[in-house]
Amino acid sequence: MTDGNAQTPSRRALLGWGGAGLALGAAAVGGAVAVARAGDEPDAGAGAGAAVAFHGAHQAGIATPVQDRLHFAAFDVTTDDRAEFVALLKEWTEAARRMTAGRPVGEGAHGGLPEAPPDDTGEALGLEPSRLTLTIGFGPSLFDRFDLAGRRPEALEELPRFAGDNLDRDRSGGDLCVQACADDPQVAVHAVRNLARIGFGRVVVRWSQLGFGKTSSTTADTQTPRNLFGFKDGTRNISGTETDRLDKHVWVGKKDGPDWLAGGSYLVARRIRMHIETWDRTSLQEQEDVFGRDKGEGAPVGRAKERDEPFLKAMKPDAHVRLAHPDANAGATLLRRGYSFTDGTDGLGRLDAGLFFLAYQRDPRTGFIRVQRNLAQDALNEYIQHVGSALFAVPPGVRDQGDWWGRTLFSQEA
Amino acid sequence: MRPARLTLLTAVATAAALAAVTGCTEKGADADGDRVIGVTATDDTCEVSTKEFPAGHVELAIENKGSKVTEVYLLFPDDRVVTERENIGPGTRQRVTAEVKAGDYRIACKPGMRGKGIRQDVKATGGKAVKRDPRLDEAVAAYRAYVQTQADETLPKAKAFAKAVQDGDVEAARKAYAPSRIGWERTEPVAESFGDIDPKVDVREDGLEDGQDPATDWTGWHRLEKALWQDGKIGDREKELAGRLITDLTDWQKRVGTADITPTSMANGAKELLDEVATGKVTGEEERYSHTDLVDFKANVEGAEKSYALLKPVARENDPALTRNLDKQFAALDALLDKYRPDTTSYEFTPYDKVGKADRKELSDAVNALAEPLSRLAAAVVK
Repeated sequence: MTDGNAQTPSRRALLGWGGAGLALGAAAVGGAVAVARAGDEPDAGAGAGAAVAFHGAHQAGIATPVQDRLHFAAFDVTTDDRAEFVALLKEWTEAARRMTAGRPVGEGAHGGLPEAPPDDTGEALGLEPSRLTLTIGFGPSLFDRFDLAGRRPEALEELPRFAGDNLDRDRSGGDLCVQACADDPQVAVHAVRNLARIGFGRVVVRWSQLGFGKTSSTTADTQTPRNLFGFKDGTRNISGTETDRLDKHVWVGKKDGPDWLAGGSYLVARRIRMHIETWDRTSLQEQEDVFGRDKGEGAPVGRAKERDEPFLKAMKPDAHVRLAHPDANAGATLLRRGYSFTDGTDGLGRLDAGLFFLAYQRDPRTGFIRVQRNLAQDALNEYIQHVGSALFAVPPGVRDQGDWWGRTLFSQEA
Repeated sequence: MRPARLTLLTAVATAAALAAVTGCTEKGADADGDRVIGVTATDDTCEVSTKEFPAGHVELAIENKGSKVTEVYLLFPDDRVVTERENIGPGTRQRVTAEVKAGDYRIACKPGMRGKGIRQDVKATGGKAVKRDPRLDEAVAAYRAYVQTQADETLPKAKAFAKAVQDGDVEAARKAYAPSRIGWERTEPVAESFGDIDPKVDVREDGLEDGQDPATDWTGWHRLEKALWQDGKIGDREKELAGRLITDLTDWQKRVGTADITPTSMANGAKELLDEVATGKVTGEEERYSHTDLVDFKANVEGAEKSYALLKPVARENDPALTRNLDKQFAALDALLDKYRPDTTSYEFTPYDKVGKADRKELSDAVNALAEPLSRLAAAVVK
């Protein structure tokens, strides 16, 4: 087959005639094929197998519903040639456009010249689009290149050091990042792998992180997922339908500056290692005191339901919710989109596990930095350690077929 | 050395299986049915759908109906490998293509991926020679001469190394070790196409097959490397192995000029040299005792660059963007390697155990930057 044009079937449609392929795909998808219906239009609110629109005023993967899986990659730029880098952004955009629609990259994964490696690596053939979203961000260090210094947003400064940080340089920073979220891990990994491959010679992977369980929801009426401590955290997350709150707390406004970032956001990524084993030996009472919630329902201290408004003064002074709540941080509110991770064990017989914290905000100075400083006294700090950190400016969405990631930053016509 | 036979990534296997079951036809497979040779492998048979086929582009459509993982080879009568497919799982299908001239061949299935395999004699008939750009014939001839020169120039260096070992002179042997390998490393894919030489001269201890005893079956450069650097002494066994190394390399020198070389195999050989760098040298596995990995690294890159330079006139016409990029990436990798030798006319490089993690990543990134476009050279040559 050749998938060189827009008329070709999506992965979803392929399932109709690839009988055995369906079986193989389903094994990896874990049942997500159930939502496939011929003729479905991509719909951000649809089931786990559908496609999420790539084009829009804002990038997908922020306010769109949170998927089950993550592959996040930070890249460093190796080329000094601005035109070459812009060409990469355009090639990436086209590949992202295809992959998020459930189509393979370039000429596809097979059927091409036998002497050449296929354009697409092939492991997502037969799988659904799986609500794949690809979201790009630009790190502070990118602005040291390509004469971009004058376009660097004031708020895009390396994050300050916070109490308790034990950051690994090799898991921090990056000139740019791609957040790939999907309901099927293979679809997310396929996306990052193919973007990295297209990037060879121009960018290199600096670090990457897999996440397996969403810890936040951007859908108003769903339950807050639990983190690896077994607690619901961030129950009052901003949902994708709350346009007012999104405009107030997440999207960079036209007057915020710089112009190229209007409609974009800032992304803070923190790899937070959890001391799982010591936590598991902690009494239920202390666990609940540390969070300021009950473990079963997730309700704040003294309340009945997880979304009941917390009464902060009823909590211990160092309870996590009390210190992280907007009321304790001059109203600072983040859109959280983090994932649990387990990267095997640490060589000492303990899980190398934790929370890969991802939060979008309108300004990190009044967002994450404000909140994280307030968390210096957090009782939870005894059980966690921040080991990786990065900040990215996330440009606005790709508007249409002719648009590309970063155009407003790199093109003078913007 | 030849990389260990890793199990194919599950993802790749899945993709291949999907390609097979969705019924997509590979290019050329349907147009000319008699060029497709069905190979049905079981645990004790190797059936072929036809024993005669026209010379030119042929395709083996392999199906493993046995219970063991198998591999299938198309071999010349002297056991040189025309093409091969490894790691074919039970119940799966694979396809592999090759350009063959008229003549006798063998198809061998190796259930369990060991032994000489179950063989079938086959014949390519007629003379449908692939029409080729005369510049490519020149490139092949020039590369054949290069390969022979590398072998010819290696022998005296290898003999100097062997003599130092036989003299019991550890210091002199250590000094002569890496230089004795350069010509080999530059042309390794050609040597590997013979199948039997590489395991004698360049195998690492972990590359021995099941049932082989390191004490008696491990021969070649790396066995001596371990003795010289890890054990720091030379015994009777080492002296004997030094002699055997020369015997085996002399065999290589005699046969290498007869290797089957095509423009495609040159281009793929260049890519394979970079694969060698990526899997063996960048990781420091190849020269784990002597830490002379960067010497091999440089030699691999030089060999790849030689193939590329010879194919470039044709490739440039077909894909100028590719050759521009390859020129740039070869230059970048060469410049990076030069940082690890004070004298750019010498092959004395920084020992690899003194190359830190960040520097190793930089080397690995440069290898990726070159190898990715290099994987497209073959297509640019045959286009």
